[in-house]
Amino acid sequence: MKKRIVVVGNGMVGHKFIDNLVNHADADQYQVITFSEEPRLAYDRVQLSKYFSGSTAEDLALTNADYYNEKNVEFILKDKVVDLDFDNKEVITASGRREGYDKLILATGSFPFVPPIPGNNGEHCLVYRTIEDLEAITHSAAQSKVGVVVGGGLLGLEAAAALKAAGLETHVVEFAPRLMAVQLDEGGGKLLRRKIESIGVKVHTQKATNEIVAGTEARYRMNFADGSHLETDMILFSAGIRPQDELARKCGIQVGERGGIVVDNNCQTNLENVYAIGECALWNNRIYGLVAPGYQMAKVAVSHITGGSDQFMGADMSTKLKLLGVDVASIGDAHGTTPGSLSYTYSNDVDEVYKRMIVSADNKKLLGAVLVGDVEAYGTLQQMCVNGMDLPEDPNCLILPNVDGGGMAIGVDALPEAAMICSCYDVSKGAICCSVQNGARTMGDIKALTKASTGCGGCTALTKQVMDSELKKLGVEVSNHICEHFPHSRQELADIVRIKKIKTFDDLLDGHGHGLGCDICKPAVGSILAAFWNEYVLDKKHIGLQDTNDIFLGNMQKDGTYSIVPRVAGGEITPDKLIVLGQVAKQYKLYTKITGGQRIDLFGAQLHQLPAIWKVLVEAGFETGHAYGKSLRTVKSCVGSTWCRYGVLDSVGMAITLENRYKGVRAPHKIKFGVSGCTRECAEAQSKDFGVIATETGWSLYVCGNGGMRPRHADLFATSLDDATLIKYIDRVMMFYIRTGDRLQRTSVWLENMEGGLDYLKKVVIDDKLSICAELEEQMAYNIGQYQCEWKTTVENEELQKRFKHFINTDAIDSNLAYVVEREQVRPATALERSNTNIQFVELVD
Amino acid sequence: MSDKPWISVCEFDDLIPDTGVCALVNSKQVAIFRSRRLNEIFAVSNFDPIGEANVLSRGIIGSIGDEVVVASPLYKEHYNLRTGECLEKPEYTVAVYPVRVDDGLVQVQV
Repeated sequence: MKKRIVVVGNGMVGHKFIDNLVNHADADQYQVITFSEEPRLAYDRVQLSKYFSGSTAEDLALTNADYYNEKNVEFILKDKVVDLDFDNKEVITASGRREGYDKLILATGSFPFVPPIPGNNGEHCLVYRTIEDLEAITHSAAQSKVGVVVGGGLLGLEAAAALKAAGLETHVVEFAPRLMAVQLDEGGGKLLRRKIESIGVKVHTQKATNEIVAGTEARYRMNFADGSHLETDMILFSAGIRPQDELARKCGIQVGERGGIVVDNNCQTNLENVYAIGECALWNNRIYGLVAPGYQMAKVAVSHITGGSDQFMGADMSTKLKLLGVDVASIGDAHGTTPGSLSYTYSNDVDEVYKRMIVSADNKKLLGAVLVGDVEAYGTLQQMCVNGMDLPEDPNCLILPNVDGGGMAIGVDALPEAAMICSCYDVSKGAICCSVQNGARTMGDIKALTKASTGCGGCTALTKQVMDSELKKLGVEVSNHICEHFPHSRQELADIVRIKKIKTFDDLLDGHGHGLGCDICKPAVGSILAAFWNEYVLDKKHIGLQDTNDIFLGNMQKDGTYSIVPRVAGGEITPDKLIVLGQVAKQYKLYTKITGGQRIDLFGAQLHQLPAIWKVLVEAGFETGHAYGKSLRTVKSCVGSTWCRYGVLDSVGMAITLENRYKGVRAPHKIKFGVSGCTRECAEAQSKDFGVIATETGWSLYVCGNGGMRPRHADLFATSLDDATLIKYIDRVMMFYIRTGDRLQRTSVWLENMEGGLDYLKKVVIDDKLSICAELEEQMAYNIGQYQCEWKTTVENEELQKRFKHFINTDAIDSNLAYVVEREQVRPATALERSNTNIQFVELVD
Repeated sequence: MSDKPWISVCEFDDLIPDTGVCALVNSKQVAIFRSRRLNEIFAVSNFDPIGEANVLSRGIIGSIGDEVVVASPLYKEHYNLRTGECLEKPEYTVAVYPVRVDDGLVQVQV
């Protein structure tokens, strides 16, 4: 009988608990049921503000119904657990539903504190916590000119950024004398205020609001205790959070004086079978309002239930973030409350940088720090603080600017193995080193193997340092040379080819390499040459560079025969063309299969048959599908507005336009597109290198997604685009990828390894930060202008067809080929079947 | 030197520089490559012993260190064109055949 685990609340921490449990080795001994009062499963509240910059609820989702179904997790949405029946060990929901439990997990989170100010319940008085709240804010902002955020803490400033972005005159009203009073000291708060005011957000500190009444110029008027007032159209309360302990309180589970469900080091409440984790839990008289400690609690609770020995021993509350464009970090004892502590302060009004370190009375240990404007030292300082490491001889160097290239960073070597590098995913230095020892070589590898730096991203620099240091220790030369023949990366070779206008492999090898070349550099250079000059790939000077598949314009199968994949742009095909494909397949006995990219693959064509088959196909109006090339494969589309009841735009039309535009363009790796006609996303565009989704306001462009071996959701790149802008952005991103991608690097890994990531890519492509956009577009236009169907060129020229023969000295065919019939079609015979003299093989078509 | 007869299979000009062709000689499939830089031709068995298919003539040729090699188009192992040895899995070798150009004709001994 499985143990029933009921999780009340499906927020970030509740989900983390479930995720840890269902992936535990003993997962099959547990049946998990989770309840949420919200209408959706767990999503990333840390990234909530991204909702305003175009991310959708799906983008923020941490899980989905498919995943829970697959893991056999039962979930009930929009039904709040309102009571507990300890005698029968059951939870009771608002709708009257009862579910039995063996272990009960309270992960009810917190709720925003709304100060008890008269008039605080107006229609445009809102809070900032859930996606529904954000929807209400968006709705309200659309009818407002002025907005006030009550609360100048971390979340308050995030909310202010949202109002500012919505174009409102934005005010922040704070009761304390400074912004972010919990994390920052006076100096830091002052500089943060100056920076925020300089971008037009008005800050009012030491203001206590007495009442909210009807305004004269705006919707409301806030009257302050000091006699002053402020008029505004909307008010966002962000004055801190309170643990959501209502259920526990009602049922007699022990709670703290000021709220919070009391838990011990196992995250157990005073009832043995009831646990509390995350922001609702009170440990050692403290609430942890950050996600990383919540995740740790989730881990501890899973460990305790499954018989492990993990304990929650408190958590580091250091934070680093960007608020309204300002870098801010706070570490440990930021206020210097430790008795006898000393401080070092660096303050620079010109560059707007403030740094302060709190050190122990003996000047040996770092206790805390505040950084505003320049947070580069965060990684070093946080590690030094958390791990109790000794300060360097001259601690000044930790915060003083880099005068002569010196600057002080602790070598990551000094960190203990157990040092927590990524607190979002609980990844230690040891775990990163271990994955390097097991073969990880790039940040992409590390992210895939350990998840380090895939949460808030604050540890990216430190993770890379640990990786590089470990690589060095292992004697791995961190070399980006493409192979032994060229001391250059693919990107450098692409630059050389482009700038020196090199047209052949031999010229490149003569000038910049040595040896004969190999199967690594030849196809890579072939691809670069094709990407920039786009000449016929089977021209005599290029032919030796082409990979097996390119060289015969087909995909070689295991027995040396080829598959044939004509282009079916957008997946749209006429009955007549379908009939031609059927006739060809029948005539040559080709195994026929529909591909994942909405086209048709014909297998088993012998080398000498390829030109004859393609002649028929070209005459019927088909073109090569480049299924063999490191180039555009397919643009998958849903049927779109022309037929679909829900379609918003013509996705098939756009897919065909894009497929015809980019067909034949050579890139570091294959490229796939998807175009969906509405946000139902039937074309699965977000799993493609380029995903295009129709919305009421135009196209949304997603970039650098991937399916396959290592799936990655594409990132939202831009929204509300018209056709021309959409194509312009795709031109630029694709050509930038062609120029800078590594050999066989898909766009997903390319983006993950790009310094500055998505923001940087946006700056290059949308803001033209590098002033190369005109060049990128020109390059793409030239490339597109050079397009030719390689099969058309081939079947129109008998000389070119000569190579398509198995033997140069006879018309005989390869005697090694043998086929049997399965499900009414041919397939290569297995070794066993070949040795069986009783088996009748299919007669080959000549 | 083998005393087998030299058999002509094609004209030298039929060989596109830095590519291979396959010839059927005494019912054996022979892969023949021409390296432009070395100005040299090579002949080995066309059968890829790992992929178990007649495909080596369709591989890319090049060098690894000092060795002249062809990469199998199926699983990319490299075979030394002078000795026939597989660089990644030395337990596999392919036959190497004497090859020459005589009066514009490519000839092999099989």
